[in-house]
Amino acid sequence: MNVQLRDTPLVQATSKIAIADGDIHPARFKASEFDPWLDQKWRDRIAQFGTRQRQPWQSGPAYPKSQPNASRRDAVPPEGGKQGSSLAFMQQQHLDPNNVVLGILNPLGSGQGIQDVDLSIALCHATNEWQIAKWTSQDKRLKASVVVAYEDPIASAAEIRRYADNPDFVQVLLLSRTSEPLGSRKYWPIYEAAAEVGMPVGIHAFGYGGNPMTPSGYPSYYIEEMVGHSQAQQSLLNSLVVEGVFARFPTLKTVMIEGGSAWAPALAWRLDAAWKRLRAETPHLARLPSEYIRDHVWWTTQPLEEPEPRSHIADAIGWTGWDKFIFATDYPHWDYDDPATSLPLKISESQRHDYFIGNAQRVYRGVA
Amino acid sequence: MSRHVVAAASEIAPGERKLVSVRGRPIAIFNLDGEFYGMLNRCPHQGGPMCEGKITGLVTAPEPGKYDYSHAGAIVRCPWHGWEFNIRTGQSYCEPERFKTRTYPVEVADGAAVVEGPYVAERIAVSVEERYLVVDL
Ligand code: FES
Repeated sequence: MNVQLRDTPLVQATSKIAIADGDIHPARFKASEFDPWLDQKWRDRIAQFGTRQRQPWQSGPAYPKSQPNASRRDAVPPEGGKQGSSLAFMQQQHLDPNNVVLGILNPLGSGQGIQDVDLSIALCHATNEWQIAKWTSQDKRLKASVVVAYEDPIASAAEIRRYADNPDFVQVLLLSRTSEPLGSRKYWPIYEAAAEVGMPVGIHAFGYGGNPMTPSGYPSYYIEEMVGHSQAQQSLLNSLVVEGVFARFPTLKTVMIEGGSAWAPALAWRLDAAWKRLRAETPHLARLPSEYIRDHVWWTTQPLEEPEPRSHIADAIGWTGWDKFIFATDYPHWDYDDPATSLPLKISESQRHDYFIGNAQRVYRGVA
Repeated sequence: MSRHVVAAASEIAPGERKLVSVRGRPIAIFNLDGEFYGMLNRCPHQGGPMCEGKITGLVTAPEPGKYDYSHAGAIVRCPWHGWEFNIRTGQSYCEPERFKTRTYPVEVADGAAVVEGPYVAERIAVSVEERYLVVDL
Protein backbone atom coordinates (compact mmCIF):
# COMPACT_ATOMS: atom_id res chain seq x y z
CA MET A 1 0.00 0.00 0.00
CA ASN A 2 1.27 3.40 -0.87
CA VAL A 3 -0.24 5.98 1.47
CA GLN A 4 0.86 9.53 1.02
CA LEU A 5 0.53 11.29 4.30
CA ARG A 6 1.47 14.88 3.93
CA ASP A 7 1.59 18.03 5.94
CA THR A 8 1.95 20.06 2.84
CA PRO A 9 -0.10 19.55 -0.27
CA LEU A 10 1.27 18.47 -3.60
CA VAL A 11 4.42 20.36 -4.12
CA GLN A 12 6.47 22.78 -5.69
CA ALA A 13 5.94 25.11 -8.60
CA THR A 14 5.74 27.95 -6.24
CA SER A 15 3.36 30.79 -5.83
CA LYS A 16 4.85 33.78 -4.18
CA ILE A 17 6.41 35.02 -7.34
CA ALA A 18 4.26 37.66 -9.02
CA ILE A 19 1.65 35.89 -11.11
CA ALA A 20 -1.06 36.58 -13.64
CA ASP A 21 -4.50 35.03 -13.30
CA GLY A 22 -6.21 34.64 -16.64
CA ASP A 23 -9.60 33.66 -15.27
CA ILE A 24 -11.22 35.51 -12.38
CA HIS A 25 -14.99 35.61 -12.04
CA PRO A 26 -16.43 38.75 -10.49
CA ALA A 27 -20.04 38.57 -9.35
CA ARG A 28 -22.75 41.03 -8.46
CA PHE A 29 -23.62 41.51 -4.80
CA LYS A 30 -27.17 42.05 -5.89
CA ALA A 31 -28.81 41.98 -9.32
CA SER A 32 -29.54 45.70 -9.18
CA GLU A 33 -25.83 46.51 -9.47
CA PHE A 34 -26.34 46.74 -13.23
CA ASP A 35 -29.21 49.24 -12.90
CA PRO A 36 -27.14 52.40 -13.45
CA TRP A 37 -26.45 51.22 -16.99
CA LEU A 38 -29.79 49.61 -17.81
CA ASP A 39 -32.69 51.70 -19.10
CA GLN A 40 -35.97 51.32 -17.29
CA LYS A 41 -37.36 49.40 -20.27
CA TRP A 42 -34.74 46.68 -19.79
CA ARG A 43 -35.25 46.51 -16.06
CA ASP A 44 -38.98 46.13 -16.65
CA ARG A 45 -38.35 43.46 -19.23
CA ILE A 46 -36.14 41.48 -16.89
CA ALA A 47 -38.72 41.76 -14.10
CA GLN A 48 -41.55 40.70 -16.38
CA PHE A 49 -39.96 38.12 -18.66
CA GLY A 50 -36.62 37.20 -17.13
CA THR A 51 -33.43 36.41 -18.95
CA ARG A 52 -34.07 33.13 -20.68
CA GLN A 53 -31.13 30.97 -21.71
CA ARG A 54 -31.14 28.98 -24.93
CA GLN A 55 -31.80 25.74 -23.11
CA PRO A 56 -34.88 23.70 -22.33
CA TRP A 57 -34.81 24.46 -18.60
CA GLN A 58 -36.85 27.34 -17.29
CA SER A 59 -34.18 28.80 -15.06
CA GLY A 60 -30.82 28.05 -13.55
CA PRO A 61 -28.09 25.89 -14.98
CA ALA A 62 -28.88 22.62 -16.68
CA TYR A 63 -27.06 20.58 -14.05
CA PRO A 64 -26.61 21.01 -10.33
CA LYS A 65 -23.18 22.30 -9.38
CA SER A 66 -20.77 20.71 -6.99
CA GLN A 67 -20.70 23.61 -4.54
CA PRO A 68 -23.05 26.59 -3.96
CA ASN A 69 -22.93 29.02 -6.91
CA ALA A 70 -20.35 26.61 -8.38
CA SER A 71 -17.89 28.33 -6.04
CA ARG A 72 -15.53 27.58 -3.22
CA ARG A 73 -17.37 27.32 0.08
CA ASP A 74 -14.66 29.30 1.78
CA ALA A 75 -15.02 32.21 -0.67
CA VAL A 76 -18.27 33.64 0.69
CA PRO A 77 -17.46 37.23 1.67
CA PRO A 78 -17.86 38.13 5.35
CA GLU A 79 -20.47 40.72 4.38
CA GLY A 80 -22.51 38.00 2.63
CA GLY A 81 -23.42 37.81 -1.02
CA LYS A 82 -22.15 35.44 -3.67
CA GLN A 83 -18.59 34.29 -3.88
CA GLY A 84 -16.68 36.79 -6.02
CA SER A 85 -19.01 39.70 -5.24
CA SER A 86 -16.68 41.58 -2.88
CA LEU A 87 -13.53 43.25 -4.15
CA ALA A 88 -12.18 43.65 -0.62
CA PHE A 89 -12.54 39.95 0.09
CA MET A 90 -11.14 38.97 -3.31
CA GLN A 91 -8.08 41.06 -2.50
CA GLN A 92 -7.75 39.57 0.94
CA GLN A 93 -8.33 35.94 0.00
CA HIS A 94 -6.81 35.75 -3.45
CA LEU A 95 -5.05 38.74 -5.05
CA ASP A 96 -2.83 39.69 -2.12
CA PRO A 97 -1.76 36.31 -0.68
CA ASN A 98 -1.21 34.77 -4.11
CA ASN A 99 0.61 37.87 -5.36
CA VAL A 100 -1.62 38.28 -8.41
CA VAL A 101 -0.34 41.35 -10.23
CA LEU A 102 -2.51 40.91 -13.32
CA GLY A 103 -6.02 39.51 -13.01
CA ILE A 104 -8.27 39.08 -16.03
CA LEU A 105 -11.97 39.43 -15.25
CA ASN A 106 -14.33 37.08 -17.05
CA PRO A 107 -17.85 37.90 -15.86
CA LEU A 108 -20.22 34.98 -16.47
CA GLY A 109 -23.98 34.90 -16.26
CA SER A 110 -24.26 38.46 -17.41
CA GLY A 111 -26.58 37.91 -20.35
CA GLN A 112 -24.34 36.57 -23.09
CA GLY A 113 -26.16 34.23 -25.42
CA ILE A 114 -29.65 34.64 -23.93
CA GLN A 115 -32.63 34.25 -26.21
CA ASP A 116 -33.64 37.91 -26.21
CA VAL A 117 -30.75 39.35 -28.20
CA ASP A 118 -31.64 43.02 -27.67
CA LEU A 119 -31.68 42.43 -23.93
CA SER A 120 -28.40 40.54 -24.25
CA ILE A 121 -26.80 43.55 -25.92
CA ALA A 122 -28.03 45.85 -23.13
CA LEU A 123 -26.89 43.48 -20.38
CA CYS A 124 -23.48 43.00 -21.91
CA HIS A 125 -22.93 46.73 -22.10
CA ALA A 126 -24.05 47.13 -18.49
CA THR A 127 -21.59 44.39 -17.53
CA ASN A 128 -18.76 46.26 -19.20
CA GLU A 129 -19.50 49.54 -17.44
CA TRP A 130 -19.94 47.67 -14.15
CA GLN A 131 -16.50 46.11 -14.56
CA ILE A 132 -15.00 49.58 -14.71
CA ALA A 133 -17.04 51.03 -11.86
CA LYS A 134 -16.79 48.14 -9.41
CA TRP A 135 -13.49 46.50 -10.30
CA THR A 136 -10.88 47.96 -12.65
CA SER A 137 -11.17 51.53 -11.40
CA GLN A 138 -10.82 50.25 -7.82
CA ASP A 139 -7.86 47.90 -8.29
CA LYS A 140 -5.31 48.46 -11.01
CA ARG A 141 -4.25 44.81 -10.99
CA LEU A 142 -7.59 43.87 -12.51
CA LYS A 143 -8.31 44.09 -16.22
CA ALA A 144 -11.68 43.69 -17.87
CA SER A 145 -12.97 41.64 -20.77
CA VAL A 146 -15.34 43.21 -23.28
CA VAL A 147 -18.40 41.05 -22.76
CA VAL A 148 -20.33 40.85 -26.02
CA ALA A 149 -23.75 39.60 -27.15
CA TYR A 150 -22.12 37.22 -29.59
CA GLU A 151 -25.34 36.07 -31.24
CA ASP A 152 -25.44 39.57 -32.75
CA PRO A 153 -21.88 39.89 -34.08
CA ILE A 154 -22.46 43.36 -35.58
CA ALA A 155 -23.53 44.72 -32.20
CA SER A 156 -20.63 42.83 -30.64
CA ALA A 157 -18.13 44.45 -32.98
CA ALA A 158 -19.52 47.88 -32.09
CA GLU A 159 -19.16 47.10 -28.39
CA ILE A 160 -15.54 46.00 -28.91
CA ARG A 161 -14.70 49.21 -30.78
CA ARG A 162 -16.35 51.26 -28.07
CA TYR A 163 -13.58 50.14 -25.70
CA ALA A 164 -10.79 50.24 -28.28
CA ASP A 165 -8.91 52.98 -26.46
CA ASN A 166 -9.77 52.05 -22.91
CA PRO A 167 -6.69 50.42 -21.35
CA ASP A 168 -8.82 48.73 -18.68
CA PHE A 169 -10.07 46.30 -21.35
CA VAL A 170 -7.61 43.70 -22.57
CA GLN A 171 -9.73 40.89 -24.00
CA VAL A 172 -13.01 40.12 -25.77
CA LEU A 173 -15.05 37.44 -24.00
CA LEU A 174 -17.06 34.75 -25.79
CA LEU A 175 -18.53 31.57 -24.38
CA SER A 176 -17.88 28.21 -25.98
CA ARG A 177 -21.40 26.89 -26.55
CA THR A 178 -22.86 29.18 -29.16
CA SER A 179 -25.74 28.66 -31.57
CA GLU A 180 -23.34 27.87 -34.42
CA PRO A 181 -19.71 26.69 -34.30
CA LEU A 182 -17.59 29.76 -33.63
CA GLY A 183 -15.75 29.64 -36.95
CA SER A 184 -19.04 30.28 -38.75
CA ARG A 185 -18.90 33.43 -40.87
CA LYS A 186 -21.75 34.86 -38.89
CA TYR A 187 -19.22 35.58 -36.12
CA TRP A 188 -16.45 37.05 -38.26
CA PRO A 189 -17.24 40.70 -37.45
CA ILE A 190 -16.25 39.90 -33.85
CA TYR A 191 -12.84 38.61 -34.92
CA GLU A 192 -12.30 41.50 -37.28
CA ALA A 193 -12.98 44.04 -34.53
CA ALA A 194 -10.87 42.21 -31.95
CA ALA A 195 -7.90 42.00 -34.29
CA GLU A 196 -8.34 45.67 -35.14
CA VAL A 197 -8.26 46.85 -31.50
CA GLY A 198 -5.50 44.42 -30.52
CA MET A 199 -7.41 42.34 -28.01
CA PRO A 200 -7.32 38.54 -27.93
CA VAL A 201 -10.65 36.77 -28.08
CA GLY A 202 -11.03 34.69 -24.92
CA ILE A 203 -13.40 31.77 -25.30
CA HIS A 204 -14.60 30.53 -21.95
CA ALA A 205 -16.36 27.23 -21.32
CA PHE A 206 -20.15 27.38 -20.82
CA GLY A 207 -23.02 29.25 -22.41
CA TYR A 208 -26.14 27.75 -23.90
CA GLY A 209 -26.38 27.71 -27.67
CA GLY A 210 -29.61 25.74 -27.91
CA ASN A 211 -27.77 22.53 -28.75
CA PRO A 212 -27.40 19.52 -26.46
CA MET A 213 -24.37 19.55 -24.18
CA THR A 214 -22.64 16.79 -26.09
CA PRO A 215 -22.66 15.77 -29.74
CA SER A 216 -24.64 12.69 -28.73
CA GLY A 217 -27.29 14.41 -26.65
CA TYR A 218 -28.01 15.57 -23.12
CA PRO A 219 -26.01 13.57 -20.59
CA SER A 220 -27.33 12.34 -17.25
CA TYR A 221 -24.70 13.77 -14.96
CA TYR A 222 -22.93 17.03 -14.23
CA ILE A 223 -19.57 15.32 -14.56
CA GLU A 224 -20.37 14.64 -18.20
CA GLU A 225 -21.04 18.31 -18.78
CA MET A 226 -17.78 19.15 -16.97
CA VAL A 227 -15.57 17.01 -19.14
CA GLY A 228 -17.77 17.81 -22.13
CA HIS A 229 -16.38 21.33 -22.08
CA SER A 230 -13.30 19.90 -23.73
CA GLN A 231 -15.45 18.53 -26.54
CA ALA A 232 -17.15 21.89 -27.01
CA GLN A 233 -13.79 23.60 -27.09
CA GLN A 234 -12.44 21.08 -29.60
CA SER A 235 -15.40 21.63 -31.91
CA LEU A 236 -15.11 25.39 -31.86
CA LEU A 237 -11.36 25.33 -32.36
CA ASN A 238 -11.76 22.91 -35.25
CA SER A 239 -14.29 25.33 -36.70
CA LEU A 240 -12.09 28.42 -36.22
CA VAL A 241 -9.22 26.73 -38.03
CA VAL A 242 -11.09 25.05 -40.83
CA GLU A 243 -13.44 27.92 -41.64
CA GLY A 244 -10.32 29.99 -42.17
CA VAL A 245 -10.77 32.53 -39.38
CA PHE A 246 -7.03 32.60 -38.68
CA ALA A 247 -6.22 32.71 -42.38
CA ARG A 248 -8.46 35.76 -42.76
CA PHE A 249 -7.41 37.60 -39.62
CA PRO A 250 -3.67 36.98 -39.40
CA THR A 251 -3.18 39.12 -36.29
CA LEU A 252 -6.04 37.52 -34.35
CA LYS A 253 -5.16 35.91 -31.02
CA THR A 254 -7.48 33.58 -29.14
CA VAL A 255 -7.35 32.26 -25.60
CA MET A 256 -9.06 28.98 -24.77
CA ILE A 257 -10.36 29.29 -21.22
CA GLU A 258 -11.32 26.42 -18.94
CA GLY A 259 -11.76 23.75 -21.55
CA GLY A 260 -8.64 21.75 -20.72
CA SER A 261 -5.59 21.61 -22.92
CA ALA A 262 -3.96 18.17 -22.88
CA TRP A 263 -6.21 17.18 -25.79
CA ALA A 264 -4.89 19.97 -28.00
CA PRO A 265 -1.89 18.15 -29.49
CA ALA A 266 -4.04 15.15 -30.47
CA LEU A 267 -6.59 17.41 -32.14
CA ALA A 268 -3.85 19.19 -34.06
CA TRP A 269 -2.30 15.88 -35.16
CA ARG A 270 -5.63 14.55 -36.38
CA LEU A 271 -6.42 17.77 -38.20
CA ASP A 272 -3.07 17.78 -39.93
CA ALA A 273 -3.40 14.18 -41.04
CA ALA A 274 -6.92 14.72 -42.34
CA TRP A 275 -6.12 18.00 -44.02
CA LYS A 276 -3.29 16.50 -46.01
CA ARG A 277 -5.84 14.10 -47.49
CA LEU A 278 -8.63 16.64 -47.89
CA ARG A 279 -6.77 19.86 -48.62
CA ALA A 280 -8.77 20.59 -51.76
CA GLU A 281 -11.95 20.86 -49.68
CA THR A 282 -10.56 23.85 -47.76
CA PRO A 283 -8.11 25.53 -50.12
CA HIS A 284 -8.44 28.80 -48.17
CA LEU A 285 -6.07 27.25 -45.63
CA ALA A 286 -2.53 28.04 -46.68
CA ARG A 287 -0.83 26.13 -43.89
CA LEU A 288 -1.23 23.03 -41.78
CA PRO A 289 -4.02 23.34 -39.19
CA SER A 290 -1.49 22.78 -36.41
CA GLU A 291 0.44 25.85 -37.53
CA TYR A 292 -2.65 28.06 -37.24
CA ILE A 293 -3.27 26.63 -33.78
CA ARG A 294 0.33 27.17 -32.79
CA ASP A 295 0.34 30.81 -33.94
CA HIS A 296 -3.14 31.94 -32.89
CA VAL A 297 -4.15 30.02 -29.78
CA TRP A 298 -3.19 30.38 -26.11
CA TRP A 299 -4.50 28.24 -23.28
CA THR A 300 -5.40 29.11 -19.74
CA THR A 301 -4.17 26.42 -17.41
CA GLN A 302 -7.14 25.73 -15.18
CA PRO A 303 -8.45 23.08 -14.81
CA LEU A 304 -5.10 21.49 -15.40
CA GLU A 305 -5.36 17.79 -16.13
CA GLU A 306 -4.06 15.67 -13.25
CA PRO A 307 -2.44 12.56 -14.75
CA GLU A 308 -0.49 9.95 -12.82
CA PRO A 309 2.40 10.29 -12.87
CA ARG A 310 2.09 14.06 -12.83
CA SER A 311 5.11 14.37 -15.07
CA HIS A 312 2.85 13.46 -18.01
CA ILE A 313 1.40 16.95 -17.83
CA ALA A 314 4.81 18.37 -18.61
CA ASP A 315 4.83 16.30 -21.79
CA ALA A 316 1.38 17.57 -22.76
CA ILE A 317 2.33 21.19 -22.06
CA GLY A 318 5.55 20.74 -23.99
CA TRP A 319 3.73 19.39 -27.05
CA THR A 320 1.62 22.53 -27.17
CA GLY A 321 4.41 24.84 -26.04
CA TRP A 322 5.39 26.36 -22.68
CA ASP A 323 5.02 29.75 -24.35
CA LYS A 324 1.30 29.16 -24.95
CA PHE A 325 -0.05 28.78 -21.41
CA ILE A 326 -1.57 31.49 -19.25
CA PHE A 327 -1.86 30.60 -15.61
CA ALA A 328 -5.43 30.81 -14.28
CA THR A 329 -7.17 29.94 -11.03
CA ASP A 330 -10.86 30.32 -11.92
CA TYR A 331 -11.31 32.09 -8.58
CA PRO A 332 -13.77 31.87 -6.83
CA HIS A 333 -15.20 28.88 -8.64
CA TRP A 334 -15.12 25.46 -7.06
CA ASP A 335 -12.75 23.95 -9.59
CA TYR A 336 -10.18 26.60 -8.64
CA ASP A 337 -6.52 25.73 -9.23
CA ASP A 338 -4.19 26.89 -6.49
CA PRO A 339 -1.01 28.60 -7.72
CA ALA A 340 1.15 26.90 -5.10
CA THR A 341 -0.03 23.35 -5.65
CA SER A 342 -1.66 22.88 -9.04
CA LEU A 343 1.54 22.39 -11.05
CA PRO A 344 3.42 19.79 -9.06
CA LEU A 345 6.49 19.75 -11.27
CA LYS A 346 10.06 20.83 -11.16
CA ILE A 347 10.38 23.18 -14.08
CA SER A 348 13.00 25.63 -15.25
CA GLU A 349 12.97 29.23 -14.12
CA SER A 350 12.09 30.49 -17.57
CA GLN A 351 9.26 27.97 -17.92
CA ARG A 352 7.93 29.00 -14.53
CA HIS A 353 8.11 32.66 -15.44
CA ASP A 354 6.36 32.18 -18.78
CA TYR A 355 3.70 29.92 -17.31
CA PHE A 356 2.83 32.11 -14.36
CA ILE A 357 3.12 35.55 -15.92
CA GLY A 358 5.33 36.05 -18.96
CA ASN A 359 2.97 34.59 -21.54
CA ALA A 360 0.05 36.61 -20.18
CA GLN A 361 2.06 39.80 -20.45
CA ARG A 362 2.71 39.06 -24.10
CA VAL A 363 -0.88 38.15 -24.98
CA TYR A 364 -2.87 40.96 -23.34
CA ARG A 365 -2.32 44.46 -24.52
CA GLY A 366 -0.66 47.10 -22.38
CA VAL A 367 0.02 44.98 -19.31
CA ALA A 368 3.74 44.23 -19.47
CA MET B 1 5.94 16.75 22.13
CA SER B 2 3.75 18.77 24.46
CA ARG B 3 0.10 18.85 25.41
CA HIS B 4 -1.79 21.77 23.88
CA VAL B 5 -5.14 22.97 25.17
CA VAL B 6 -6.88 24.16 22.03
CA ALA B 7 -10.44 24.99 23.11
CA ALA B 8 -13.07 24.50 25.77
CA ALA B 9 -15.19 21.46 24.91
CA SER B 10 -18.34 23.58 25.15
CA GLU B 11 -17.16 25.82 22.31
CA ILE B 12 -17.82 23.18 19.67
CA ALA B 13 -21.34 21.77 19.64
CA PRO B 14 -22.10 18.36 18.10
CA GLY B 15 -21.94 18.64 14.31
CA GLU B 16 -19.82 21.78 14.54
CA ARG B 17 -16.13 22.42 14.00
CA LYS B 18 -13.53 24.97 14.90
CA LEU B 19 -10.20 25.97 13.45
CA VAL B 20 -7.33 26.05 15.94
CA SER B 21 -3.61 26.46 15.61
CA VAL B 22 -1.06 24.26 17.33
CA ARG B 23 2.58 25.24 16.90
CA GLY B 24 1.59 27.18 13.83
CA ARG B 25 -0.18 24.18 12.37
CA PRO B 26 -3.82 24.81 11.40
CA ILE B 27 -6.04 22.03 12.71
CA ALA B 28 -9.79 21.66 12.25
CA ILE B 29 -11.48 20.16 15.31
CA PHE B 30 -14.80 18.41 14.66
CA ASN B 31 -17.40 17.35 17.21
CA LEU B 32 -19.09 14.12 16.13
CA ASP B 33 -21.83 13.30 18.62
CA GLY B 34 -19.71 14.40 21.55
CA GLU B 35 -16.47 12.87 20.31
CA PHE B 36 -13.76 15.17 19.07
CA TYR B 37 -11.48 14.66 16.08
CA GLY B 38 -8.67 16.79 14.71
CA MET B 39 -7.73 17.06 11.03
CA LEU B 40 -5.02 19.08 9.35
CA ASN B 41 -6.75 22.09 7.79
CA ARG B 42 -5.04 21.53 4.49
CA CYS B 43 -6.49 19.14 1.95
CA PRO B 44 -3.93 16.70 0.51
CA HIS B 45 -5.17 17.55 -3.00
CA GLN B 46 -4.41 21.26 -3.43
CA GLY B 47 -4.54 22.55 0.12
CA GLY B 48 -8.19 23.58 0.57
CA PRO B 49 -9.20 24.52 4.15
CA MET B 50 -11.03 21.42 5.39
CA CYS B 51 -12.62 23.27 8.29
CA GLU B 52 -14.89 25.08 5.82
CA GLY B 53 -16.07 21.96 4.07
CA LYS B 54 -19.60 20.60 4.13
CA ILE B 55 -20.25 17.84 6.64
CA THR B 56 -22.18 15.06 5.04
CA GLY B 57 -22.52 11.28 4.74
CA LEU B 58 -21.27 8.76 2.26
CA VAL B 59 -23.25 7.41 -0.69
CA THR B 60 -21.88 4.15 -2.02
CA ALA B 61 -23.14 1.51 -4.41
CA PRO B 62 -22.24 -2.10 -3.58
CA GLU B 63 -23.33 -2.83 -7.12
CA PRO B 64 -24.80 -0.67 -9.89
CA GLY B 65 -28.37 0.26 -9.09
CA LYS B 66 -28.10 -0.28 -5.32
CA TYR B 67 -27.31 2.65 -3.07
CA ASP B 68 -26.19 2.75 0.52
CA TYR B 69 -25.93 5.76 2.76
CA SER B 70 -23.56 5.53 5.69
CA HIS B 71 -21.29 7.62 7.92
CA ALA B 72 -24.01 10.29 8.33
CA GLY B 73 -22.39 13.44 9.68
CA ALA B 74 -18.94 11.83 9.69
CA ILE B 75 -17.68 12.87 6.26
CA VAL B 76 -16.29 16.26 5.34
CA ARG B 77 -16.14 17.41 1.72
CA CYS B 78 -13.29 19.79 0.93
CA PRO B 79 -14.69 23.30 0.25
CA TRP B 80 -12.72 23.54 -2.98
CA HIS B 81 -13.04 20.47 -5.19
CA GLY B 82 -15.22 18.42 -2.91
CA TRP B 83 -13.02 15.41 -2.15
CA GLU B 84 -14.62 13.41 0.67
CA PHE B 85 -12.74 12.50 3.85
CA ASN B 86 -13.69 10.42 6.85
CA ILE B 87 -13.47 12.79 9.81
CA ARG B 88 -12.51 9.97 12.19
CA THR B 89 -9.74 8.42 10.14
CA GLY B 90 -8.75 11.00 7.50
CA GLN B 91 -9.42 8.42 4.81
CA SER B 92 -10.28 9.79 1.37
CA TYR B 93 -12.88 8.03 -0.74
CA CYS B 94 -11.82 8.87 -4.27
CA GLU B 95 -8.40 7.23 -3.96
CA PRO B 96 -8.27 5.66 -0.51
CA GLU B 97 -5.07 3.81 -1.29
CA ARG B 98 -3.17 6.96 -2.06
CA PHE B 99 -4.68 9.85 -0.16
CA LYS B 100 -5.31 10.38 3.47
CA THR B 101 -5.45 13.64 5.31
CA ARG B 102 -3.50 13.93 8.53
CA THR B 103 -5.58 13.47 11.66
CA TYR B 104 -4.79 14.37 15.26
CA PRO B 105 -6.25 12.62 18.29
CA VAL B 106 -8.16 15.01 20.50
CA GLU B 107 -8.48 14.25 24.17
CA VAL B 108 -11.04 15.73 26.53
CA ALA B 109 -9.49 16.76 29.84
CA ASP B 110 -11.08 18.09 33.02
CA GLY B 111 -10.35 21.67 33.95
CA ALA B 112 -8.90 20.50 37.26
CA ALA B 113 -6.28 18.37 35.50
CA VAL B 114 -5.49 21.15 33.04
CA VAL B 115 -4.99 23.62 35.83
CA GLU B 116 -2.45 21.23 37.37
CA GLY B 117 -0.58 20.92 34.07
CA PRO B 118 1.77 20.60 32.38
CA TYR B 119 -0.22 21.89 29.40
CA VAL B 120 0.33 24.62 26.87
CA ALA B 121 -2.79 26.77 26.83
CA GLU B 122 -2.10 29.90 24.91
CA ARG B 123 -4.89 32.46 24.92
CA ILE B 124 -7.31 30.12 26.65
CA ALA B 125 -8.43 30.97 30.13
CA VAL B 126 -8.80 27.69 32.02
CA SER B 127 -11.37 27.12 34.73
CA VAL B 128 -11.82 24.00 36.85
CA GLU B 129 -15.51 23.73 35.97
CA GLU B 130 -14.91 23.39 32.23
CA ARG B 131 -13.64 20.50 30.14
CA TYR B 132 -10.97 21.12 27.56
CA LEU B 133 -9.81 19.73 24.23
CA VAL B 134 -6.18 18.68 24.18
CA VAL B 135 -3.93 17.86 21.23
CA ASP B 136 -0.47 16.33 21.64
CA LEU B 137 2.07 17.80 19.27
S1 FES C 1 -8.00 21.03 -2.44
FE1 FES C 1 -9.36 19.70 -1.44
S2 FES C 1 -10.35 18.66 -3.01
FE2 FES C 1 -8.90 19.91 -4.01
